[in-house]
Amino acid sequence: MDVLELARLQFATTTILHFVYVPISIGLSLLVAIMETMYVIKKNDLYKKMAQFWGTFLLINFAVGVVTGILQEFQFGMNWSDFSRFVGDVFGTPLAIEALLAFFLESTFIGLWVFGWERLSKAVHLTCMWLVSIGTMLSALWILAANSFMQRPVGYEIHNGRAEMKDFFALLTNEQLLWEFPHTLFAAIATGAFLVAGISAWKLMHKKNLDFFKPSFKVSIIVALISSMLIPMFGHGQAQYLVETQPMKMAASEGLWENSSDPAPWTVIAGIDPEKKENSFEIKLPYLLSLLSYNKLSGGVLGMNELQAQYEKAYGPGNYIPPVRTTFWSFRIMIAAGCAMIALALYGAYLTFRKKLEGSHRWFFRLMMLGISLPFIGNTAGWIMTEVGRQPWTVFGLLQTKDSVSPTVVAGEVLFSLISFTALYLILTGVLAFLFVRTARKGPDIEPHQETVIHDPFAQGGDTNVVK
Amino acid sequence: MSLNDLWFLLIAVLFTGFFFLEGFDFGVGMATGLVPRNDQQKRLMINTIGPFWDANEVWLITAAGAMFAAFPHWYATMFSGYYLVFVLILLGLILRGVSFEFRGKAEGKWWTGTWDACILIGSFLPPMLFGMAFAALIKGVPIQQNMDLKAGFSDVFNGYTVWIGLTVVGMCLMHGLTFISLRTIGEVRDRARVIASKFLPILGVLLAGMVVWTYFATDVFARRGPYMYAAVAVGIVAYVLGWYFLKQRREGWAFGMTGAIILLTFVSLFVGLFPRFMVSSINSAFDLTIYNASSSHYTLKAMTIVAATLLPFVLAYQAWSYFVFHKRLSEKDHLEY
Repeated sequence: MDVLELARLQFATTTILHFVYVPISIGLSLLVAIMETMYVIKKNDLYKKMAQFWGTFLLINFAVGVVTGILQEFQFGMNWSDFSRFVGDVFGTPLAIEALLAFFLESTFIGLWVFGWERLSKAVHLTCMWLVSIGTMLSALWILAANSFMQRPVGYEIHNGRAEMKDFFALLTNEQLLWEFPHTLFAAIATGAFLVAGISAWKLMHKKNLDFFKPSFKVSIIVALISSMLIPMFGHGQAQYLVETQPMKMAASEGLWENSSDPAPWTVIAGIDPEKKENSFEIKLPYLLSLLSYNKLSGGVLGMNELQAQYEKAYGPGNYIPPVRTTFWSFRIMIAAGCAMIALALYGAYLTFRKKLEGSHRWFFRLMMLGISLPFIGNTAGWIMTEVGRQPWTVFGLLQTKDSVSPTVVAGEVLFSLISFTALYLILTGVLAFLFVRTARKGPDIEPHQETVIHDPFAQGGDTNVVK
Repeated sequence: MSLNDLWFLLIAVLFTGFFFLEGFDFGVGMATGLVPRNDQQKRLMINTIGPFWDANEVWLITAAGAMFAAFPHWYATMFSGYYLVFVLILLGLILRGVSFEFRGKAEGKWWTGTWDACILIGSFLPPMLFGMAFAALIKGVPIQQNMDLKAGFSDVFNGYTVWIGLTVVGMCLMHGLTFISLRTIGEVRDRARVIASKFLPILGVLLAGMVVWTYFATDVFARRGPYMYAAVAVGIVAYVLGWYFLKQRREGWAFGMTGAIILLTFVSLFVGLFPRFMVSSINSAFDLTIYNASSSHYTLKAMTIVAATLLPFVLAYQAWSYFVFHKRLSEKDHLEY
């Protein structure tokens, strides 16, 4: 493999694994903030225990999310230096703002939250977790603003052979971002909610700490239901926007070689043959693609062959068709995962509100446990579709992936970093899973915290005991 | 002052702040191999940096983000040119960060021992390698006309860079030891102070070597003589005072002095570099500077507005978090990690 392929593989591996931890952090910090809010309002220690117990999962995961994020930031310069030179003027700004606005917020207030239970008033302590939660969401906003520029470059001008920013607000009002951000955000919130719901279901199945895990299940299933219903709403908008701005990605994710008929049917599954540029078989539902693309029962969608000809005219000779099979199937896997999430959340909410959680629903609890994996499958498939579907471009229409890679880096170096980071990430993921299971098995901590002696370094001699 | 100057200054502040702040938590990490007599004492030490290390690391992330946005060519040249150095720095930082969190979440000799080792490696490697990388910036590396850099092994790994790397490690260790003695009570506090006093002469040799070697290996004394001599003089005063305050058990002041040594070192580095970021050993015309490596004026302006709006809040709540956790910890306290 050459540097380009290795660098792409490393980016895919590290990004996919990093995006296992990030949604957990976004989702869990929101849930913990909700639980602690209930504690402060209802003054019931049960909710404090909930915030602390689920907070432990958040902290274990947060550490992994933070440290793997550093690599994401350095990787652009290390493996993709020509990309960094070309778009740094535009692309670097959201990254810098992400650090300044979101990372400082998250990292400072998570420290205050963890170590501040006894030192801060209830309201201030609660505010810390809300700031952490807002920080994780702001981080997603800015990183997606950068990604949206790669999907649909706006607010720039080409100058001296590189993209220079001309309009900062265009980056933030990029319509791509306005669809991509809520879609991704609710997927992340659902990830945390399904994690809590799944672990709670496991404990409910074994009838452990029912008084604790029933309310945990209730809070998480409500969040799971709301978020998993909102995901496809914004996903639908994003797909319609795709038809306008990246029709090739749309055509590839539909396995559409020739222009569709009008009205366009939606292909459920197909046997895709990229060599012959045709599908060996297709199962189609009439009208559905027109409906998905334009919200009406008419309208055709351009196929890849037609678009290839158009792109060659616009950008010169070359292959502008992304890996079709990957794009097509990841799209379908994402949709399937999303539908399963809605079904599970609906049934879970039904059981909760009918107060039927204690019945013999072992099959449902088992499904709920398996359901923990659904958001991860959906998230991963979604990113694969959106990033692979953009190929051969890193910045759509401006810079191709082959021209983005670092010219001075050699294959051996990338191979070394690919192997070491992949191995490390897999180990970390294993440890994370081990600690999650261990923490869940142990259950919530029933013993209260004790803190009596505090030492003030500014008092005389620096070691006077102050009893609180 | 032009915007290019301003962003050079801001990035210099971010890197210097990173070494001042993360410097002490690197030092605490390394000192976990020296100070504690038992596991409880080790936990106590890790808890002294518990609320801070994560935010300290964000100074580095912000510095890199600001490099990317304000001086993309510097970011691109340095990160791709020092490829393996950054791979090792990242591996160290990743291992270290998770170790703090993982260490206390399960039991067993093997479990704790593994994460303890990771804390040691992860607290030593980054300051060592950053020291080497920055030393190479100022000594010169083979940057070509098109700004591409392929640093060979000897460009980053030579006597001078290794000495600077070790000096940065020494400064961080010293800074960490004074921080522990400031933040704890009892045996840990005393041991940290005693070890700091014993380590002080070694640090003195490292620092003296750094000054002399930098005089001969780089052009910074030739370019910024008056400033450099003043910095050395102030540094000697800080070193002597640090020694005195340690003896007097005035740990807050001692911590201030070890911090001052770090600040002087990195401020001098950036003063010596200005207006350059990286010195080309091939031809000084190929140096990366605040002019040829920068973003457009518009981007710098937008970034300036954002930074001016956000920085006061960031600094305020970080200062507040240090205030909230200003009390000393003892082995009898409730420890999170």
